[in-house]
Amino acid sequence: MVETVDAVEIARLEEAARRIRVGVIRGVNQAKAGHLGGPLSAAEVLAALYFRVMRIRPDEPDWPDRDRFILSKGHSSIGLYAALALRGYFPVEEILTFDKLGSRLQGHPDMTRLPCLDMSTGSLGMGISAGVGIALGCRLAGRDARTFVMLGDGECQEGEVWEAAFVAPRYRLDNLIVIVDHNKLQQYGWAGEGPDGRLPPALPGELVAKWSAFGWRVLEVDGHDMGAVVRVLEEATVGDGRPVAIIANTIKGRGVSFMEGRYYWHTRPMTADELVTAMAELGEPVSSPARVTA
Amino acid sequence: MTLRMGRAMREVFGRTVTELADHDPRILMLDADTGSSTKADVFQEAHPERFLQMGIAEQNMLGVAAGLATTGFVPFVSTFVAFAVVRPLDQIRVLIAQTGLNVKICGGYAGLFTGVTGKTHLIVGDLSIMRAMPGMVTVAPADDVEADQVLRWAAGYNGPVYVRLVRDATQRLFDGTYTFAPGRAVVVRDGGDVTLISTGTQTPRVVEAADLLAARGIQAHVLHVPTLKPLDVQAIVAAADRTRMVVTVEEGTVIGGLGGAVTETLSEHCPTFVKRIGLQDVYGESASNDELLELYGLSAARVADQVQRLLEARTPASHSWHAVPLP
Repeated sequence: MVETVDAVEIARLEEAARRIRVGVIRGVNQAKAGHLGGPLSAAEVLAALYFRVMRIRPDEPDWPDRDRFILSKGHSSIGLYAALALRGYFPVEEILTFDKLGSRLQGHPDMTRLPCLDMSTGSLGMGISAGVGIALGCRLAGRDARTFVMLGDGECQEGEVWEAAFVAPRYRLDNLIVIVDHNKLQQYGWAGEGPDGRLPPALPGELVAKWSAFGWRVLEVDGHDMGAVVRVLEEATVGDGRPVAIIANTIKGRGVSFMEGRYYWHTRPMTADELVTAMAELGEPVSSPARVTA
Repeated sequence: MTLRMGRAMREVFGRTVTELADHDPRILMLDADTGSSTKADVFQEAHPERFLQMGIAEQNMLGVAAGLATTGFVPFVSTFVAFAVVRPLDQIRVLIAQTGLNVKICGGYAGLFTGVTGKTHLIVGDLSIMRAMPGMVTVAPADDVEADQVLRWAAGYNGPVYVRLVRDATQRLFDGTYTFAPGRAVVVRDGGDVTLISTGTQTPRVVEAADLLAARGIQAHVLHVPTLKPLDVQAIVAAADRTRMVVTVEEGTVIGGLGGAVTETLSEHCPTFVKRIGLQDVYGESASNDELLELYGLSAARVADQVQRLLEARTPASHSWHAVPLP
């Protein structure tokens, strides 16, 4: 059964999400490169998964019965790194090595460098297939582990996503939970009616209709309402024989006002002023940009 | 001498992997709707719970295999080379080769013997593509005996392997005394006039060609290179050094495959004249097996004739650089 989530727990998870966002800004600022919009839109889901829903052991990252997480939208790596560091997989300061030569925190997640990653990703559409394999493997091995996969809404344009979506219900993989970070913008996309003058990667109702048509159990949630996010994730883990697709309605760049809903903040370095503003809005005011990396 | 026919490699594939799975519960078979052709169906009959039909969706299949490997299973991925290698190439690159995950990619219907399909199914560059991929062990067995051993070795090796498998029965080269060793090439005939280097099921035809040449007074040294990656550099250099005249023969493109590997190796370690026999930058077409071997100069008779002409054109003064006229 899904437990009720009290206000103290919600506040704890919201704080984790805030700190993930701070980690995103710090990491990208230090690297002078990296994605912002996508990691920021994913922060609540990442926080809910890593700080509550997933059964994991940060001191034993290869625990065979652990729940798995695959960031199929691998370009949002810095958000995942921040979540992993804050959860205790590695020191938080290591976030500042993001994208640097020799770093374990590669631009896109590399499981050969960072052992707590459950899959390498970055070429879009692939993470969900690996997730199907892991869910199938856990089932065959008799492990009660759940596999969570985060996809981008733009990523759902990849044909491989629908190959995986077709196959998963045939194996009744209700231990597979896909979360689509539906932030309504892709890197560039089509000009048209929508946020920031761009046609959204998926039109209203389109993702629900498509995942439902493929035989998935589809749940929809406000991806920034922590209580709702926790409830939907916990509801998703109560299996009914179907794989689960959670459509998380989010805002690209969430948490930093000038990035919200702007496609060009998909990936872009910040100026010193923008950095100071972003940190202030995320509740970590700094006296000067240099203080961010100090 | 004509070699006698062995079993079709696909028959070996179905039976050997099934037998391996009898003793190793980690082994899985993934099929992309070609199991009745590749003989993966033999596995399904014996181990239905470990036979995973992935449908006509090969990109997903390779990704699923990667995921399964992280949970401790040993997935054998099976379909035609066209769909096992080329179509899901990026999934292989990112999820299998770059991760080093324990996936065995079994490319059926390799080379020219595809059951009269035409250029869509004739993948002439699988060895070129796979050996260019860091971390991907690339093996092309010569016959049914070697294919069986390669599959057994691959099951016990922890890492990605590509095995090139042939649809139809081909000549058997090896007897029961042969032992495949990964990364090792093997001299299958000794001679001092010219070195023939071959791989896969072309090697038995090259041995037959060497016998035809012997009848004409030419003694060919024949090196079989089953493992394209990692390459047996020492054996290739030694074989070249034996005659200082090398001909590579392969049932695939001469660009980047065996011919590429040998010329790269020899230019660094033992500069030697090399003639590359194989598909000359073309895609292939639909015809019977024997017609295709003739067309691309890969039958035993055609190989022997080409080698003989090459040796006749050679003069002591010119053999290093101009044994073959420039186009």
